[in-house]
Amino acid sequence: MNAPTGIGARVKRKEDQRFLTGTGRYVDDLPLARATYAHFLRSPHAHAKIKSIDISAAKAMPGVVAIFTGKDIADAKVGGLICGWVVKDKHGQPHKSPPHPVMAVDTVRYVGDTVAMIVANSHDEAKDAAETIKVDYDEKPANVDLAKALDKGATEVHAEAPGNLIYDWEIGVQADVDAAFAKAAHVTKLDLVNNRLIPNAMEPRAAAAEYDKGTGNYTLWSTSQNPHVLRLILSAFVLGIPEHKLRVIAPDVGGGFGSKIFCYNEETMVTWAASRVGRPIKWTAERSESFQTDAHGRDHVTHAELALDKDGKFLALKVETIANMGAYLSTFSTAVPTYLYATLLAGQYTTPLIYANVKAALTHTAPVDAYRGAGRPEATFVIESIVSKAAKELKVDPAELRRKNFIPSTAFPYQTPVALQYDSGNYPPIIDEAIKIADYKGFEARRAEAKSRGKLRGIGFSSYIEACGLGPSRVIGQLGGGVGQWESAQIKFNPTGNVQVLTGAHSHGQSHETTFAQVVSDKLGVPIENIEVVHGDTATTPFGMGSYGSRSLAVGGSAIMKAADKIIAKGKKIAAHLMEASVADVVFEQGTFKVAGTDKAVPLGQAVFAAYVPHNYPLEELEPGMDENAFYDPSNFVYPAGTQICEVEIDPDTGVVEIVNHTAVDDFGNIVNPMIVEGQVHGGIVQGVGQALLENAVYDKETGQLISGSYMDYTMPRADDVPSFKLGNKVTPCPHNPLGVKGCGEAGAIAAPAAVMNAVHDALAPLGVSHVPMPATPLNVWQAIHGARAAAE
Amino acid sequence: MYDFHYHRPKTLADAANLLKGKDEARPMSGGMTLIPTLKQRLARPSDVVDLGGIKELAGIKVEGNNVVIGGMTRHADVASSADVKGAIPALAYLAGHIGDPQVRNRGTIGGSIANNDPAADYPGAVVALNATVTTNTGRHTADNFFKGLFETALSDGELVTSVSFPKAEKAAYMKFPNPASRYAMVGVFVAKTAGGVRVAVTGAGPCVFRVKAMEDALAKNFSSDAVKDIKIPADGLNSDIHASAEYRAHLVNVMARRAVDAANK
Repeated sequence: MNAPTGIGARVKRKEDQRFLTGTGRYVDDLPLARATYAHFLRSPHAHAKIKSIDISAAKAMPGVVAIFTGKDIADAKVGGLICGWVVKDKHGQPHKSPPHPVMAVDTVRYVGDTVAMIVANSHDEAKDAAETIKVDYDEKPANVDLAKALDKGATEVHAEAPGNLIYDWEIGVQADVDAAFAKAAHVTKLDLVNNRLIPNAMEPRAAAAEYDKGTGNYTLWSTSQNPHVLRLILSAFVLGIPEHKLRVIAPDVGGGFGSKIFCYNEETMVTWAASRVGRPIKWTAERSESFQTDAHGRDHVTHAELALDKDGKFLALKVETIANMGAYLSTFSTAVPTYLYATLLAGQYTTPLIYANVKAALTHTAPVDAYRGAGRPEATFVIESIVSKAAKELKVDPAELRRKNFIPSTAFPYQTPVALQYDSGNYPPIIDEAIKIADYKGFEARRAEAKSRGKLRGIGFSSYIEACGLGPSRVIGQLGGGVGQWESAQIKFNPTGNVQVLTGAHSHGQSHETTFAQVVSDKLGVPIENIEVVHGDTATTPFGMGSYGSRSLAVGGSAIMKAADKIIAKGKKIAAHLMEASVADVVFEQGTFKVAGTDKAVPLGQAVFAAYVPHNYPLEELEPGMDENAFYDPSNFVYPAGTQICEVEIDPDTGVVEIVNHTAVDDFGNIVNPMIVEGQVHGGIVQGVGQALLENAVYDKETGQLISGSYMDYTMPRADDVPSFKLGNKVTPCPHNPLGVKGCGEAGAIAAPAAVMNAVHDALAPLGVSHVPMPATPLNVWQAIHGARAAAE
Repeated sequence: MYDFHYHRPKTLADAANLLKGKDEARPMSGGMTLIPTLKQRLARPSDVVDLGGIKELAGIKVEGNNVVIGGMTRHADVASSADVKGAIPALAYLAGHIGDPQVRNRGTIGGSIANNDPAADYPGAVVALNATVTTNTGRHTADNFFKGLFETALSDGELVTSVSFPKAEKAAYMKFPNPASRYAMVGVFVAKTAGGVRVAVTGAGPCVFRVKAMEDALAKNFSSDAVKDIKIPADGLNSDIHASAEYRAHLVNVMARRAVDAANK
């Protein structure tokens, strides 16, 4: 018997054959005849006026085909890049919306801002020419330090946003929360910085574009997570090329983590210029450009307070956050620190009153937008840090304090005070399982043993909730989102019985080619090797919203299920005809239509063949062919939840933190491929550990230069930075989608930072250390230890 | 990268001739620093003279009380050499912890010390073991070879042909790697040879340096206790986002103690 390939099976990834043998096709691999190569001249300054740009020498350089500056773009009346989510401030006013020109016209606003595009016969010639462009800059003071960005007198990034304030937004009723604090038996306060991260997808961003003079059609190949959305933005807002004349293809894409959701300058320029140059144009970011210009993630400064009663029940939470937007508003930047952050502040708890105030600030740094977890890691870090701090202050067990405040399993669906309605969940068994796997009971013995070796051992919890599977379109529209968030699918049988599954989702590491094929195989009984999942091309796949926010299976998979239902329904009619039975008597089991109580049977393949060769077919009532499409708009978000427990050992002499154990127990609802889910959790935890211990995007606070602009200074997690993870899972199926699934792509990164940092604080508590900034690098840990020792002396 | 003329001479004399008289010619050994520099357009040599074809420059041999390592010997070869492991295991350990496997299979001892990156590992060993650097034109003592940030006693066109390390009675190298680059943020090489005790620190300052107070203390009592109270002044040490000067000064003491303990094992 063959190995199982349906839902729940550990099917090896179909896509790995090409990825592991080097036969994937990425944008940069495209062989385009007569291609030219683009290079972007970028601002070396964080803030400067452009007095003049002299391209005369560059134009005469060998191999140069064309040079474009911001003025050319402005003269051509190209639109600016857009922010697609309107957040209304606490007075009901839409957020400030400063212009985002595709190339800087008279002002540069961050190091890496695009100043000129050089198109040449080779990449080297384009770079040579760029060096001969003379830009006369008038350098201005830069506003880099987020904590001071909104201060009076701070240099303004855009005149359209006075005081650098994009919005001053709130959720909850402040007076109610204040009243609850007045009655509290205990208040825990916390100040934290959620460190800025650089996404670092393995494949840098790339774009290639071609214009067909004969048809007037444009084709853009882009490293996009959502090619249809990119096409929509470019067509409707930026370039004005009608949607049907622009084809966007996102072929194999090597990781995105959110950074490839957005519409960027370079792909816009490459498309625009392709018709002017009359030859295809290719551009692939160098790694330094990725560091400087991929939308960064996180970057919050937060003050939080938690009020508890005498029994340790949470009474209220208040949170004040300044969120960095960078120099321009990226595509979904405004939503991340509001609807993807503050609405999650209830966590897994019954906290009845929550007030959050978020101020979004401009700075002279790269744009900041969604990055794996997008708002939810920031929310989880606030909640789970303050809960663990409260447990320490009250000298109660951190697991007990959590349990005491968990939403009970009987309370679902559960309406939080911050807008979301959790559909399902059962949190106590998750933490119990995590405690068992992590051997929490044995921790104090391990701590004592570590102490005998001169090491400080600590343990930390993080019980996260996330809302993902974006999302119900109506809700997203009410909150200011500019697009629908349904997903599409098409199941197209070929006459010989094999299947193409076309999806509007996009895989850039998520394994859709396997997972979606398993769903179809399970549902229709078609062998998995006869199923091909197709994605990423606006010319061949139905319009779809792409992949981010852990939505592909919950939303895209549901659309596939709907399309499969239509296939079955049509197949029943064909089979009923072939079996001379009533449709109502036909059942579909394991790929075969049967009439109950008889030995009549028509395999699906036979019905499909009849649909394409309709000689014996009910043509009067039924169209030929077997090709069904479906759109699925979810009724709610999905709410994965879990608990991570991290155990660290710290060398007090050096400040080095070593993760010795890391446990994660998750509820992702039903699981289609446990191996792939585990892989997603592993990757997510490593990114969370990266944020907690290693990664930090550092700009010089005076000059705005990106100090951590290469792997020499930006610490990516490596295999030896993490232990083998211990995973577990509990299942409460999602009640509102046909697969009962929740998302798993972001969970690891959402929960891990708080688990690690709580473990670090637990380890250092005996030394009197109360705060270590994230990331807990050796320097930060040593300084915290050193500071505590100095204070004690 | 800019265009340049590439040469791959077979003899040292040819290499010297190719470099002579060309202001913008650069020798290349493993290329582990030069190639990234070229790719970033931070250097624009007219000519690159690849020393990889000069067979006489690579190899390890034991001559009397010394281990002599050819300038073009790769780190991986030093790390796995039975001669080096037998005579100075700390040197094999050091070579085995430079960069990553790719770097160790390309990078060379001559290239490393000629470049004199402040965070390179080899300068610590050369100074602590009081090695002698031989070039195509002469010899340099370890103390005279490393002059400052990326500066050495080498004159234009002068090529490192070999480095001669005296065998050590006890030696160890302890590196605290930069979390991002994994270069030495602080590396301490402690050695007790026939010539005495030396403590050399790399990564912490603009150039490798010796800690005389530790050497004196260890000469009397070769134990980690002897150095535990010897504080290094932070003045003049490197400071960056990964480590302040004070933290580096502290790490010098920690790494020195650990190196002495390792040397005594």
